[in-house]
Amino acid sequence: MHSLTVIIVLLLLMALAYRVGLTRSRHLASGARQRLHSRPVYHGTLLAIWCAIPALIVLVLWAVFGDELSRFYILAQLPADVAKQPADQLDLVVERIRQIASGFGVADTEAPYESEIAAGLRTFGTVAWLSVVALAAVAGLVATRLAWSRISPELRARNEVERVVGALLAFCSGVAILTTIGIVASLLGEAIRFFTFVSPIDFFFGTVWNPRFSTVGAGGQGDFGLLPLLWGTVLVSLIAMLVAGPIGLMAAIYMAEYAPRRVRMTAKPIVEILAGIPTIVYGFFALTIVGPFLADIGASIGLDIRATSAFTAGVVMGIMIIPFISSLSDDIITQVPRAMRDGSLGLGSTHSETIKRVVLPAALPGLVGAFLLAISRAVGETMIVVLAAGNRPVLNANPFEAVSTVTVTIVNQLTGDADFASPQSLVAFALGLTLFAMTLALNVVALYIVRKYREQYE
Amino acid sequence: MTSTVNDTGRSFAYGQAALIERSLRRRHARERRFRLMGMLAVIAAIGFVVVLFSSVLARGLPAFWQATITLDVTFDPEVVDVGPPPEQQADQSEAAFQKEMNRWRRGLALVNWNKLIEGGLRKAIGETDASKRDLIGLVASGERFRLREMVLQDPAIVGTTRQVDLLANANVDVWLKGNIDRSLPDSRQQLSGDQQDLADRLYERGIIHMAFAKSLFLNVDSRSSPASAGLAGAFVGSLYMMLIVIVLAVPIGVASAIYLEEFAPKNRLTDLIEVNINNLAAVPSIVFGLLGASVFIGWFHLPLSAPLVGGLVLTLMTLPIIIISTRSTLRALPPSIRHAALGVGASRTQMVFHHVLPLAIPGILTATIIGVAQALGETAPLLLIGMNAFVASVPGTPLDQSTALPVQIFLWQGNENRNFFEARTSAAIIVLLALMISLNALAVFMRQRIQRRW
Repeated sequence: MHSLTVIIVLLLLMALAYRVGLTRSRHLASGARQRLHSRPVYHGTLLAIWCAIPALIVLVLWAVFGDELSRFYILAQLPADVAKQPADQLDLVVERIRQIASGFGVADTEAPYESEIAAGLRTFGTVAWLSVVALAAVAGLVATRLAWSRISPELRARNEVERVVGALLAFCSGVAILTTIGIVASLLGEAIRFFTFVSPIDFFFGTVWNPRFSTVGAGGQGDFGLLPLLWGTVLVSLIAMLVAGPIGLMAAIYMAEYAPRRVRMTAKPIVEILAGIPTIVYGFFALTIVGPFLADIGASIGLDIRATSAFTAGVVMGIMIIPFISSLSDDIITQVPRAMRDGSLGLGSTHSETIKRVVLPAALPGLVGAFLLAISRAVGETMIVVLAAGNRPVLNANPFEAVSTVTVTIVNQLTGDADFASPQSLVAFALGLTLFAMTLALNVVALYIVRKYREQYE
Repeated sequence: MTSTVNDTGRSFAYGQAALIERSLRRRHARERRFRLMGMLAVIAAIGFVVVLFSSVLARGLPAFWQATITLDVTFDPEVVDVGPPPEQQADQSEAAFQKEMNRWRRGLALVNWNKLIEGGLRKAIGETDASKRDLIGLVASGERFRLREMVLQDPAIVGTTRQVDLLANANVDVWLKGNIDRSLPDSRQQLSGDQQDLADRLYERGIIHMAFAKSLFLNVDSRSSPASAGLAGAFVGSLYMMLIVIVLAVPIGVASAIYLEEFAPKNRLTDLIEVNINNLAAVPSIVFGLLGASVFIGWFHLPLSAPLVGGLVLTLMTLPIIIISTRSTLRALPPSIRHAALGVGASRTQMVFHHVLPLAIPGILTATIIGVAQALGETAPLLLIGMNAFVASVPGTPLDQSTALPVQIFLWQGNENRNFFEARTSAAIIVLLALMISLNALAVFMRQRIQRRW
């Protein structure tokens, strides 16, 4: 209710300022018989902006400090014996008084001093509120008046408005930078706190992952060796790429080089559906369908495949990555100039020979970039491995056994308890930092290659 | 002499032709193999789509119909002995009235609702020597609160008999649908022998029937009563997050795309921003979750499990997508439009906001929908900011505890009552996929219908 009033008041003031600017500049234009530099609309807008800025500053200050002020008021009014209580008791009293003042009341009887302060608080609140709104309005009006006196035919109002718009736009594009800074700062900050518990050497080169639980006590430090997790990540990504690489690349070649237009137009969107399916769905699919299916196949050929294993997770992740590889590769292959194909075909080579000896070598850098991006995606994928990799963080070369990965461990360590003080949860940030560094390196190289390659033929 | 030369020449040519013939055959065979491999790859990829969808549909569709018991329940005033609800007196403070009201509600909560259900069941079954426990066990345990809600809404129904649809217990549903092996001995069944018998008898007489599972959409998650667990809370949580993403990511994303494409000078800084945005688009989603956990929750002390935090995290994730695709939309507009605007004396800002932006709106909308659809399906970052907490209420504001649709799927797939929740999870997946597919279809539709080709 209150904030609605404020918004309405502010809008009314801005409308007023706009109107004033508009009429004033129009009047000037007709009176002086001189051409305005900017159209009246811009004069109005400029005044509205000037009106809003100081009013907003006042309101923001009140929003930040208002609560503090009213608390301060209550504390100052309390009788001496009540005010001596410890802080948490005082909070309770303050809360009670606020309840009474708001008209909601309290369930038991009010102490006389409480009703008295509450009545005072009500007046205080009204007065403070009115004066803040008045102050905001006055500040806005003063600023408007000052800006109003600047209005003249020569005033470059449009340029000033456009500068404000430009600044807003630039600020918005700074958000992306802020995000990156936020990611790096938070990961680094928490990771450094983690490294005060565990030395980086033990973390990066340790071969045992057994963090124990933070509740076990200071004695149970646990082992935080990254290598088993890293191995799991590499293994799962490798299997995923072995599935997605050939299928994705061959599908891209077929669609770019062979498929008739109609097949291409229907097949391509269908394959790309795979890219839009949420990863949790893939995880469920892996856990309930692919895992048991692979285990059955393994049993029938005498191979011991666990239902949740690196293999299951890798295969399903591979399916997820197929459209990623196929659409990127498709773009890259179609970008290879027609003349190169024609030259090769003209010398008598078959279509497949042209593709293998001419098109693919020419597209190689781009394809490498696409594969690197796909690997980076596989490395950072979480839900499939959470559900289907089995979570067994040991160094083990058998892909049919359960493994754990960096991402799985981040989830395990950080869900459940949000106590950011123990190494058991802080390690998630060190792992996140490792993951971020890995994917960043892959992405930078891949984007560099892709971009460089694109320029070659454009 | 000449003839032999000719002969050798001919046989040589013949031999060469045969050689070429053979090698050609080999090469053509290789060509066909290569082509076949490509075709197989495409078929495999399409096959995966088909298998995935059909298996999810096959498992999930039956869960949209759920065993429901229709009973005549008598609201016996002797059992429901709470009296009429209190009314606010003129001299009563709001707080005192609320206290009175809460006492009445507590009285309602303590009523033995199961007794009403038992009565209804006995009436429906007729003569039976089944124990009270077995009878009550047929009905989902959360359903007794439905009766309480009915009294709460209309206290006048006490003393009357109403027909009520009650959800059957999850195990009854599993039993009737055959999702459990009926030949297993009773000791390994979830239902007792009597209950199996009763369930079959009631099903034959139509008292238990398969009704559309409204509870899936209208109820919130429930632990004690799996049969009445629904998606409403998660859905509203997701809705809040999507709103936050739209409100924040779209203006900021479009503004920064406009800045980078139309205003930014080409220098080191804008190069950095550009590389940075491309990188952000490829950062694993879980890293954004870590950012949210440490910055929004650790530093700003925003509440755990709140859609607000989830929405902010997803906004940061969606921003690069929206920026990149808005930029490519802007780039696709022909420069002649810009030149024409500038040529008649428009300023750069006027050119952008009066001419370029209106033409780019369809592309921006498409980008927005695709970004929102992607954010809708994201799970991993939400786990790190506590949205995997069990929440049994619909969040009233974005600051309340909540889960999201994909997180609810994650929670349900881990439920111990596998036989029931595997189908329930698949049904939730169908709901999520249906939402995402309709969003994407909308995007495709807009791209094809509204977007102009230059």
